[in-house]
Amino acid sequence: MGKEAFGLAAKNNSGVLSPFHFSRRETGEKDVRFKVLFCGICHSDLHMIKNEWGISTYPLVPGHEIVGVVTEVGSKVTRFKTGDKVGVGCLVGSCGSCDSCTEGLENYCPKSIQTYGFKYYDDTITYGGYSDNMVCDEGFIIRMPDNLPLDAAAPLLCAGITVYSPLKYHGLDKPGMHIGVVGLGGLGHVAVKFAKAMSLKVTVISTSDSKRDEAINRLGADAFVVSRDQKQIKDAMRTLDGIINTVSATHSLLPLLGLLKPKGKLVMVGAPEKPLELPVMPLIFERKMVMGSMIGGIKETQEMVDMAGKHNITADIELISADYVNTAMERLEKADVRYRFVIDVANTLKPTP
Amino acid sequence: MAKSPETEHPNKAFGWAAKDKSGVLTPFHFSRRDNGDNDVTVKILYCGVCHTDLHTIKNDWGFSYYPVVPGHEIVGIATKVGKNVTKFREGDRVGVGVITGSCQSCESCNQDLENYCPQMSFTYNSIGSDGTKTYGGYSESIVVDQRFVLQFPEGLPSDSGAPLLCAGITVYSPMKYYGMTEPGKHLGVAGLGGLGHVAVKIGKAFGLKVTVISSSPSKEDEAINRLGADSFLVSSDPQKMKAAIGTMDYIIDTVSAVHALFPLLGLLKVNGKLVTLGLPEKPLELPIFPLVLGRKMVGGSDIGGMKETQEMLEFCAKHNITADIELIKMDEINTAMERLAKSDVRYRFVIDVANSLSPP
Repeated sequence: MGKEAFGLAAKNNSGVLSPFHFSRRETGEKDVRFKVLFCGICHSDLHMIKNEWGISTYPLVPGHEIVGVVTEVGSKVTRFKTGDKVGVGCLVGSCGSCDSCTEGLENYCPKSIQTYGFKYYDDTITYGGYSDNMVCDEGFIIRMPDNLPLDAAAPLLCAGITVYSPLKYHGLDKPGMHIGVVGLGGLGHVAVKFAKAMSLKVTVISTSDSKRDEAINRLGADAFVVSRDQKQIKDAMRTLDGIINTVSATHSLLPLLGLLKPKGKLVMVGAPEKPLELPVMPLIFERKMVMGSMIGGIKETQEMVDMAGKHNITADIELISADYVNTAMERLEKADVRYRFVIDVANTLKPTP
Repeated sequence: MAKSPETEHPNKAFGWAAKDKSGVLTPFHFSRRDNGDNDVTVKILYCGVCHTDLHTIKNDWGFSYYPVVPGHEIVGIATKVGKNVTKFREGDRVGVGVITGSCQSCESCNQDLENYCPQMSFTYNSIGSDGTKTYGGYSESIVVDQRFVLQFPEGLPSDSGAPLLCAGITVYSPMKYYGMTEPGKHLGVAGLGGLGHVAVKIGKAFGLKVTVISSSPSKEDEAINRLGADSFLVSSDPQKMKAAIGTMDYIIDTVSAVHALFPLLGLLKVNGKLVTLGLPEKPLELPIFPLVLGRKMVGGSDIGGMKETQEMLEFCAKHNITADIELIKMDEINTAMERLAKSDVRYRFVIDVANSLSPP
């Protein structure tokens, strides 16, 4: 039943990806079907294929930074047509009626359905973008701007929205504000670009000096602070209105809180598995806050992508062929990528007999 | 030669002080400055016993400078006012809270947020604007710059109103700042002590639904029938905690011991806010997943500025909000401190200073 599909799946928690034949549903009346051109590799894909969060079911076809060209639309689809350049991010379904859905925040719906590894309305398991074609409800399809190269735009669908949403929600988008970005990886480098496009002053905070030149000269950050250097931290104390913290390893929040001005906001978008130590004094005596954020709603994802189109914001990517994916995962584990791998699906993912 | 506490200032003063980290309080002779042009001299009637007083006399936070005369929930009568003082007259009933000095010119001070001024000084155990150590309200009188003196509204009793000067503002300020005042929304109050019981009363006055979260089932009757909370959640009951997941818009966390944030964060709805007010000795563990998955926030707050403290007193007077107190004599203070350490008080001790503090 359904249409044939071919992709790469992890079959167990070794996380090794290998060819996988499966099927996707027929194009329903509200569905958009598209040929996948590119798919970004998100660090979440790595966590999921290895079942690091304990929620993975196998076989698992990852990928939630998916872009392609529409090949078919259902009879009730109004906003897209064959030939359109579209994308799908982390969500493919939600309840549509709870408080979060009503506010355009499908990402916080308790019944939200993620693009891969989740149970869909028809009881099938969702399969992600490391595959040749994709079908998705119109309500979760993003229109990609014509002027952006699709390969470098794909990571915006997760990395982009993950940093854009909290900058807007927490009011850290006012020109002249000064924000910090902790960690210069997939999320961090995109955060720098969006923040500069919002006319913010940006300081990159990193554990090593090695990324200073990139941060300042290529990405356009205004300053760079090595978090392990006491003097650099001291000189930058109480200078930041907000911090976007992309680090998912265990780390110390104390120096980061020190960098915030009073009433400053530390936004966690990386999700360390173990709890972090929370020094309470900076919150109490300087009214600083720690908050979290997770991707964004569909409406704001579209808004983010449109802003990226207007300001020519794309990710810095390393385009790889499908058969390189396991090596890419090993390198990603060591943070050895400037700054996102993107799989050239259309040209290199060929069904094996 | 360094001046002794008795000779540092021109006017003899008497109070009770802790001399070392045993925390035992005993009679203490010291001195207070002359009433300057901007000052108000307050004859102290009552002084609340805040948990901070206990932490400080025992040097729990490591920055106590002995001898310490605690006390920052002071209500009294103005006996002298300096020539530049416009807001107070002799005979006025006034209050003095947690801070008695700030630079009065920085961004925070200009926004009436003296509590966030980097040069803010505390009513006790601090270096005041004149460079000398400050001594608090477990004493006969105190001399304070008018900016840090509050009008005590008519109708607000001096004894049960005294704790509002710290406990009251400590819960009122974050409720206003973090927008936790929308009628009909659901507030959780974790910990039912000095701060917590006032938070329940203020929460109800804002029109919120209030649930008390406590590890002591014995407080349920009080919480609901006396304080007016809508419901009571025993934090050590896993089933009840599970049933309450995702039901609260806000949580005021008054617990000062080290405690788990994870179960409290679970009680919040998406976009929920938890404000922590207690000062545990060690850092707390902050699980990040609940923050990320639910766009939740953890913030803190520290007392409030002078303008909002005055606003809070007016609010409490209007809504008849006072603390539930146990009035004690000065010489009962050490026993009171022992009981406070075991949370054995409903819910604030207040020292009847004027009637029980007698210099030898």
